[in-house]
Amino acid sequence: MSSVQDIEIRDTAARAAQAADDLQDMQGERMVLNMGPSHPATHGVLRIVLELDGEVITKADPDVGYLHRGDEKIAENMTYTQFIPYTDRLDYLAPLANNVAYALAVEKLLGIHDKLPPRCQYIRVMCCELARISAHLLGLGAFAMDTGAVTVFLLTFTEREKIYNLAEAASGARLTTSYTRIGGLFRDIPPTWCDQVRQFLKEFEVSLAEAETLLTRNRIWVDRLRDLGVISSEMAIDYGLSGPNLRGSGVDYDLRKKQPYLCYKDLQFDIPVGSVGDCYDRYLVRMEEMRQSIRILWQCVDKIPGGAANAVGEPVSIPDGKITLPPKAKVLSSMEELIHQFMLVTEGVNCPPGEVYFGHENPKGELGFYINSRGGGVPYRLKIRAPSFINLSILGELMPGCMISDVPVILGSLDFVMGESDR
Amino acid sequence: MSALESAQQLKAKFGDLVGEPAEFRGEICLTLAAADKIQEVAAFAKNTLGFDFLVDISSVDNYGEDPRWTVVYHLRNLAANTELRLKTNVSEEKSELPSVLPVWRSANWHEREIYDMMGIRFSGHPDLRRILMWEGYPYHPLRKDFPLAGKPTDLPNVAFTKPAPLEGGPFVTVAGGGDSIGREPRVRNPEE
Repeated sequence: MSSVQDIEIRDTAARAAQAADDLQDMQGERMVLNMGPSHPATHGVLRIVLELDGEVITKADPDVGYLHRGDEKIAENMTYTQFIPYTDRLDYLAPLANNVAYALAVEKLLGIHDKLPPRCQYIRVMCCELARISAHLLGLGAFAMDTGAVTVFLLTFTEREKIYNLAEAASGARLTTSYTRIGGLFRDIPPTWCDQVRQFLKEFEVSLAEAETLLTRNRIWVDRLRDLGVISSEMAIDYGLSGPNLRGSGVDYDLRKKQPYLCYKDLQFDIPVGSVGDCYDRYLVRMEEMRQSIRILWQCVDKIPGGAANAVGEPVSIPDGKITLPPKAKVLSSMEELIHQFMLVTEGVNCPPGEVYFGHENPKGELGFYINSRGGGVPYRLKIRAPSFINLSILGELMPGCMISDVPVILGSLDFVMGESDR
Repeated sequence: MSALESAQQLKAKFGDLVGEPAEFRGEICLTLAAADKIQEVAAFAKNTLGFDFLVDISSVDNYGEDPRWTVVYHLRNLAANTELRLKTNVSEEKSELPSVLPVWRSANWHEREIYDMMGIRFSGHPDLRRILMWEGYPYHPLRKDFPLAGKPTDLPNVAFTKPAPLEGGPFVTVAGGGDSIGREPRVRNPEE
């Protein structure tokens, strides 16, 4: 199969048929190759059992579950607040976004998700967008490195480091942030944080442009990515893809626009979509999403209610003693607050019986929480819709017909994280 | 077409099979009385009502109640931007319902996961294997009668075979206990 045919036939299934025809008399015994679970290109512990005919893949069977920790079982056995640290460890490249997604799901169950204080909404949006940049930067760096462009990885990791510093300034932790609480945030951002974000954005715009000059029109990069791993829009919808992978296939669906939550409807940003649905489109969509995140962040630092230092004392949590912890000084001096704190800590937030689903536009796709509550402070059943898990299910159809050297490229372009996939 | 109108169309088409649409926090939820019909209802929802995107399939173990299982489908109409939740109950003796894989291909891994975690089988699924746990694992860990600490498995040298050391641990809370003893952190073990 020559490289010219690669570009002529965009549909992977048709390409597989073509390859089979071309190689009819050369076809011999198939070889089974076990890729992973410990392989640098699988970004974690994904195992793929590949059936090969020469260098062409004839069958791919992804095997997930090596990182299964039983998060859904754990959630059934603790209060809503106690589960927040576990959400850090879902998509561990964007813990802040996971915290926000989970908090919003529980708040939807409580019926307070649209009553959050404005300052809290803005801070949460900034957290989400910083997390998006951080996750895309890792995805991009690892993607480029798997394809042979190591320099990009060094650039993106320098920038990620700054986002970790910002997360640390806000939440006290770099990775296991657990920044949100049911009904708000556990503390306000430090007064200098907005300036730090501004500083980061200025530097990041430069290095994003630099990373782009290294890749977007790089002949080697384009040749390897174009017309590879083509997902048509019908196929993307049928397989339930979400996030940049869905939009890369030309489906204009972003939950921040379609089902606006927090203050996204007050902010100006565009949703990039691809046209062909190949690896290159998915790469371009992620690049543009980072630029749109920069745009959102600039608006947020300018518009944040209360200003950077919050001299007027805008709340960052719903001031309801039955949902969020009261101030410590009040707990030590007032009976009612003492009772509230005691009840919240021992029994958790008292949620009504009912069931809700909340989908959040996470960097990897739609992170959804389905909460089935029978009342009280503990979920009866908590199902996590992990975007990486669903995005990976397409591999069995995407890979046949590709060369074995295309595997790291396709995996990199799908940008998954196993901590979330396996839960 | 709003989600409620779609729900009413489903009700008009399938009559008593579909219960009254229930609304909670702006989400419409329909209960399907006969789980055997799920594939037809799903096909109608997709082909006629435009619910082309299967967001998720979840399962609930109503331990101690009959029917024991609830399977929950989240559907989305991308063009109209509406969502619908479809639920159906399956008894413990049967523990089987038709697969919706012919309708949405994304159901493949969702159904494998439910089979793995809850032990509900999907008839017509071409490849119903475990997905998160390893092949040959004897239990279904998301069932309510499976203890949080785990169980020893019959497969030594495959993975850990002893329960995790958290019995009476400080971070395990039981849902809905009425008094302080009921709420006291304990590893749940309904067999005892």
